[in-house]
Order: sequence, then structure tokens, then C-alpha cells
Amino acid sequence: MRRPLSRLLDALLLLWLVATLTFLLVRLAPGDPAAMLVAPDASAEVIARQRAAFGLEGSLPAQYGRWLGAVLRGDLGTSLARAQPVRTVIAEALPYSLWLGGVSLTGSVLLGVLVGGWQARRAGQRGDTAMTVAGTVLYAAPHFWLALGLVVLATSGAALLGVPAWMRLPAFGARTPALELSGAAAFVDLLRHSVLPLTVLTLTGAAGIARYARSAIAEAWRAPHVTTAIARGLPDALVQRRYVRRNALGPIVVLVGLALPGVVAGSVFVEQVFAWPGLGRTMLGAIAARDYPVVLGLTLLYGSVVIGSNLVADLVLLRLDPRRRAT
Amino acid sequence: MSANHATRAERGARATSAPDGRLLAGATMLGVLTLGALLGPALTPGDPLAIGDVVTTRLLPPFSRAPSGAWHLLGTDAFGRDVLGRLLLAARLSLGVGVAGSLLAAGLGVLLGALGAWMGGVTDRLLLALGDTLLAVPRLVLLLVIAALWGPGLGTVVSVLALTGWMGVARLVRAEVLGVRALPFVEAARALGVSPGRLLWRHVLPNALGSATVAVTLGIGSAISLESGLSFLGLGIQPPAPSWGNMIAGGRDWLLTAPWIALAPGVALVLTVVASTLVGDAVSARRGGE
Repeated sequence: MRRPLSRLLDALLLLWLVATLTFLLVRLAPGDPAAMLVAPDASAEVIARQRAAFGLEGSLPAQYGRWLGAVLRGDLGTSLARAQPVRTVIAEALPYSLWLGGVSLTGSVLLGVLVGGWQARRAGQRGDTAMTVAGTVLYAAPHFWLALGLVVLATSGAALLGVPAWMRLPAFGARTPALELSGAAAFVDLLRHSVLPLTVLTLTGAAGIARYARSAIAEAWRAPHVTTAIARGLPDALVQRRYVRRNALGPIVVLVGLALPGVVAGSVFVEQVFAWPGLGRTMLGAIAARDYPVVLGLTLLYGSVVIGSNLVADLVLLRLDPRRRAT
Repeated sequence: MSANHATRAERGARATSAPDGRLLAGATMLGVLTLGALLGPALTPGDPLAIGDVVTTRLLPPFSRAPSGAWHLLGTDAFGRDVLGRLLLAARLSLGVGVAGSLLAAGLGVLLGALGAWMGGVTDRLLLALGDTLLAVPRLVLLLVIAALWGPGLGTVVSVLALTGWMGVARLVRAEVLGVRALPFVEAARALGVSPGRLLWRHVLPNALGSATVAVTLGIGSAISLESGLSFLGLGIQPPAPSWGNMIAGGRDWLLTAPWIALAPGVALVLTVVASTLVGDAVSARRGGE
């Protein structure tokens, strides 16, 4: 018997473990962030003062205790490189990543399930094989490489094909610089900038989801009660709506939960290539600058997103499938 | 899970049925690539690392001849180095890192999975918690943090791939060991006085190795693409040593004038990952996993 409450407790415990692991990974890494930010000939006293300002004085367990206490109060510390609270740094980038991630995840699930279902009905036929090949290639291609390809297409490719200037898509950033837009115009500008990153994330995501959706849906079609329904002469559409969809839904919900780390990873590369001001780019910048508080805060955020989405997938599954409640 | 316990007869029947096209295609592609990686750098013009007469040899398009008479099938990069030569040298690194990373990860997974299942109690709980913790952070984020903070390079990439890739195998092996442990022949061996270590090594682990094999073959592709990603970001293999990832990064500034520099390693990467996925799928289908 696994009640929702015990799952929630498990998730919180896991979150604490993630926090501890990241803290250790970051703090035990070689290199002293305080020594890096002061003049090379600074005295030991100056370095010590800098360490105190970063919360780096005292023993490791003491630092850990202080850090964990602060995190529990919602205080993620101050960015070393930008002299701003980590929360502000994250809050600035978060909407951009939520937008890209949310739209592309929705798009990939819809597209992936549609394609997977289409393939499942034609398993082994030419159309199915063609889609499998296309999906495997798309899934194998690195995000950053596809993104670079799209940059070429949108810039010199569009110029070569004579695409009129107003139809060309911007390949860098999230908004047109030096242009004060508001309301609908600003949204259209954001949309135009989103097209290329969204294309990469949605297509690669859909390729992964279609692969699993295909086998989940094919499996649902093979279930004995579906065979019975077909044998009774029910029309395909009715069988699909009433019997197949419900059984295939469980694995697909699990899959969406599992797909999330992939979306995060993909967005790191896509944000980097398209200069998109989201969390992934912030993470890379923080890593390059050895901005430990920001790295810690972002890793914690990524961990909570994954744990949270797995928890939600679990709970949704309990609602969807009565068999799971009994075991 | 029950499919993993298919009897030997069933497995044999599946194995002798029509040869899997995926296995053939994937293995051929990997074979050609390995051969190219081994022989290639000796057959292509110039030192793939050294920078020579840059002015006359840089950015030559594919199928062109340098003034020195050297013929460049895939052209040259911004420093006049033969792209094909670098591509094949990088194949050594990428394939090596992929295979080593995923073998080490699987080895670690078999070890920790078997250990947890065999010891039970606190050890098992701790290992499960550690695995769940590592699974809760996206693998790329872990890789980025460790590779960047602990010093980028070949050794770091391989060890980090192993340290972040063992959890799936450990789960599989743990389940298998728990299953096999309860079977009569293990009890019989124990009743005959076989020591626990030997019991685990001789009787339990061989049964669990199948799932580890599938995980290794499926893991090679993802290890290769993660390595290329890290190298693209400058956190993996460091230039001048070529990796497909850092070759693409190097071609980034020349996308419009010399697209072949970034195109060639990308195609190699896609083909390699597709090939290892095909082999992995075929191996897992043969074991009844699909």
C-alpha cells in the first residue's frame, strides 16, 4: 500500500539527498572561489575576509548546516559573479526556460503520441519503417548540431532562397534589441525568436516519445480484451477510443515524467546556440565563472523539477489505473 | 521482467530465427567506422594535429587539392588541417570514450546492484538512495558540474560517464539477483557448502549479465553523444586533440563560409549513435526486451 502522503515524504527525502550531494560535489571541487576573485597578490587577511563574505569560513559540516538552513528559509545565497541574490538571477531566467520547455514538451507529447499511434496501426509496414528511421536519426542527432544547422538555414539559407526580410526568423536572443515593444507586438517578437529553438526541442522530443508511444500503443492493441472487441465487430475508432487509449495512457504518463531531464539537457545546448537567456545559459555562465551559489541553486532547482514531475506522474498514474492502487 | 527469465530453448529459437537487419546494419556501420578510426589517420594527408602552411591550405572545400598536391576528400579546416584525418582521429577518442564510459558504468552497476541485493539491509538501502539521488538530477547537469569544477579532460569525461551512468544497470541487476537468489539451484549450491563470494560469482551473476549487456550496447550511443556535448561546450576533450564535439565547436565560426568543417563531424556523430542504437535495439529484442 503506497499512499500519496508517503510518496510525498519520499520525494522530500530525495530532494534533501540531492541538495546534500550537490553541496558536496561543488564544495569539494578543487579551487578556491575566494582566491579567484581577489587580486593575485592579496594578503591572507583579504582572502579570509572574502571567504567570510561568501559564507566559506568554518568547517565543511558547519558550512553545510548554514547553507541548508538558509535554503530551507528560501535563501539561496548571493551570486559571486553578479552580486545579486541567486533568487533574482534564477527568477530572471526562469520564465524564458519555462516558455521554451513548456511549449516544446506539450508539442512533443502531442506530436510523438500522434506519430506513435499512427505507426502502431501500421507496425512493420513501409510508413512505419520510414518514420522509425526518421525518428532514430533525429533522436541521435545532437541538439547543438541541429540548432547550428537551423541557424545556417535561417540566415544564409533564407538569403539564398530570396525569402523576403519580414518573413525571416531571428536566430539569436529572445527579443529584438534596441526595440521598445509592448503588448501584442512584443509577444509576436518573442514568438518569432522562439520558432527556431522550439523546432529543435519539439522535433527531438517527439522523436523520443514516438519511439515509446509506438510500442505502448501497439501493446495496448494486442491486449486480449481489445482482440475480443475487434472480434465482436466494433469499429476501429470505437475500439481505439474506448479500450486502447486508456491502456496506453499509463506508460505515456510515465514517459512524460521521464522525458523531463531530456528537455532540460536539450535546452542547455539549444539556449547556448541560440543565445536564449534561460536557465541553461545561466548555468553554463555560472559554471564558467565558478559562481558556486548559482550552480548550487540551479542544480537544486533542476532536481526539484525532476522529482516533482515524477511525483506528479506517480499520482496521476494512481488516478488513471485502479490496479495500481491495490498493489 | 518475466521475459528476462525466458527458458534457454525459447531464447535459442529466437536467436536462430531470421537474422535481424538492424544488427547487421548497425554492426557494419560500427565496423567500418572502427576500421577507419584505426587506419584512417595513417592514410590521410598531413598531421591531423599540426598546423602547417595555413595561408595556402586553410578552408579548402571538399574534393580539392592543396598546392602541395595533397588531396582533401572532406576539405580542410581553418588551420589547414585535413578534416577527414581529424574526423577519423576523433573517432578513436569518441568510440573509445563511449565504449569505456559505458562499460565502466555497467561494471559499476553490476557490482553495486549485486552488492545491494546480496547484502540487503542498510547497504541495499543506501545504494538505492544514492542511485535515486543521482537519477533525480538530469545527467547532463551532473556532467557539467563535475567536468567543469573538477577539471575537464579525457579522464574526467570517462569517469564521470561511469559515475552517472550505473544506476539503470544496478536496478536491473539487483532485481535479477533477488530473483535468482531464490531459485532452487542456488539453494542447492549453498547447501553443498559453496562460499557466498563464489556463489555470487559463479551462479548468480552469470544470470544477471544479460541485462547488463543490453545496457552497455544501448549506453554507448548516449555516452558518445554526451561526450560530444561536453566537448562542444569546451568541457570535454580539449583542442588540439580532435573530438567530434569540439570539431563542431571549431566549425561554428565558419558555418557560412566553410560549412563542411561542422557538417562532417555531425554526420559522423549521427551515424555512430544510430548504429549503436540499432545494435542495442537488436540485442535487447533478441533477449525479448523490445
